[in-house]
Amino acid sequence: MDHLKETLRDNAAPVALIAGVFAVWELACLVFGISDILLPRPSQIVAALVKYWPAIWPHTWQTLYTTLVGFGLGVVIGLLLGILIGSSRLAFRTAYPLLVGFSSIPKVAVVPIFVLWYGAGTVPAILTAMIICIFPIVVNVATGIATVEPELEDVMRTLKASRWDILWTVSLPRAMPYFFAALKVAITLAFVGSVVAETVASNRGIGNMMMIASSSFNVPLVFAGLFVLAGLGVALYLVFSLIEYRVTGWATRRSDLAAG
Amino acid sequence: MNAHSAPHPIVAGPAPDHPGRPAFIAFEDAAITYGRGDKAVQALAPTSLKIAEGDFVALVGPSGCGKSTILKMVGELLAPTSGHVFVAGREIGATPIRIGMAYQNPTLLPWLTVRDNVMLPLKIVPPFRQQFRAKRRGEFRDRVEALLAQVGLGGFGDKYPWQLSGGMMQRANLCRALIHDPDLLLLDEPFGALDQFTREELWAIMQDLWLSKRLTVLLVTHDLKEAAYLANRICVMSARPGRILDDSPVALARPRTIEMTFAPDFVALNQRLRALIVGARGGTGIVSGHR
Repeated sequence: MDHLKETLRDNAAPVALIAGVFAVWELACLVFGISDILLPRPSQIVAALVKYWPAIWPHTWQTLYTTLVGFGLGVVIGLLLGILIGSSRLAFRTAYPLLVGFSSIPKVAVVPIFVLWYGAGTVPAILTAMIICIFPIVVNVATGIATVEPELEDVMRTLKASRWDILWTVSLPRAMPYFFAALKVAITLAFVGSVVAETVASNRGIGNMMMIASSSFNVPLVFAGLFVLAGLGVALYLVFSLIEYRVTGWATRRSDLAAG
Repeated sequence: MNAHSAPHPIVAGPAPDHPGRPAFIAFEDAAITYGRGDKAVQALAPTSLKIAEGDFVALVGPSGCGKSTILKMVGELLAPTSGHVFVAGREIGATPIRIGMAYQNPTLLPWLTVRDNVMLPLKIVPPFRQQFRAKRRGEFRDRVEALLAQVGLGGFGDKYPWQLSGGMMQRANLCRALIHDPDLLLLDEPFGALDQFTREELWAIMQDLWLSKRLTVLLVTHDLKEAAYLANRICVMSARPGRILDDSPVALARPRTIEMTFAPDFVALNQRLRALIVGARGGTGIVSGHR
């Protein structure tokens, strides 16, 4: 019972803020008589969500699919590159400038190239989601691995530990908090990538649905698309926060670990 | 250079070099130079040093004199740029011995319990490594518990490193350096960051560990009292480029106690070492305000 009370108290303020924002939005639209062509009220958006749900659902699925596949590929590639770059100063110095240059290209600009190569549709969305989330993962993992205490490395080397031993027992676990911090950034970025690609060149996905809805001035549906994207983003962020909490609790010196 | 002309208050016991026995560690004109050409800096002048198996040797000297460099060479972390370093009769890089190492920074892994931290070398060093896979975990666990108990950390195996005090972390660090039964223990100012009383406690623990295992220990320290309390032999080094100025045996009976550190001969030894180091730093040792 006390636990429930505590949970309620801890979450009361953020929930109140979210509810407050929507209430002010709703009221402001009513009081100032804002047309739903410009800014629909939250209640209209929810109504649109319910009304068009059978049509929204396949698009949601498509966006989730391209985002997760792109994110998954980005994580694998980012992790491997991060390990490679973080393990060797030479690799770090050699690859870093290229990586920075690569990452400073606005990802919208590469979508047409992917379309040129693979045609409009699913593949450009996956690839855009992928390249947009590689960079934060590479940088974070490389930092985590490169900042292993030199004394600890000495201790491992006097034990005649192989590079693989050091990577597996010390560097990788040590890089996990960095990795998860990057994952939380990357998953939201992956949505940006896939939706941008869908908006530019696809006939499926939430991005495409919003484009079509806006061209027919169905503004509540456009906003319904935004709500779906926000919902997906928050849900995946929560999933990774939960995994992070379980895997890297040591980094925050969690007290429930201490019970042993 | 005139080290042995100074009066030795405590001279007894064996000479530093044991002519009859082959040295466990032997430096033959080993030197370290960083950089090349005009920018070359000699960190360690050609040094010859012999250490017998089972000996406890302390290296003292001013900061940056190359004490840690010597330690790193013995630990096979650094190769001499000229000369040779032999450990257990073989040139470093090819020695078959097991080495344990502990630094001032305990570097325990925060995601592992104290027990798992101490167990780490058993997962890496043969033959334990293979046995580890052969599910001898329970046996290793007992082994870790026994060692933890020996340093006064019994019952702390399930704790995480960040739940321990600095002194306790350093005890765990010592355990990690000793769990795989090393032939050689390298200590680089392991007690440097601790308060006086904790440090003295750890000296006693370190001495007990050495007396029970009789492994070869090389200790780098700034603390002359620590060197004299723990070591059989103290090597004093000069400022950079480092070389060994003096090599004195410490003939105090074992086990040594803190009370012994107040005895006149102990104090005299300390003062003599201090004078050597002050001389090596190029100072007078007199604080300007006292003139």
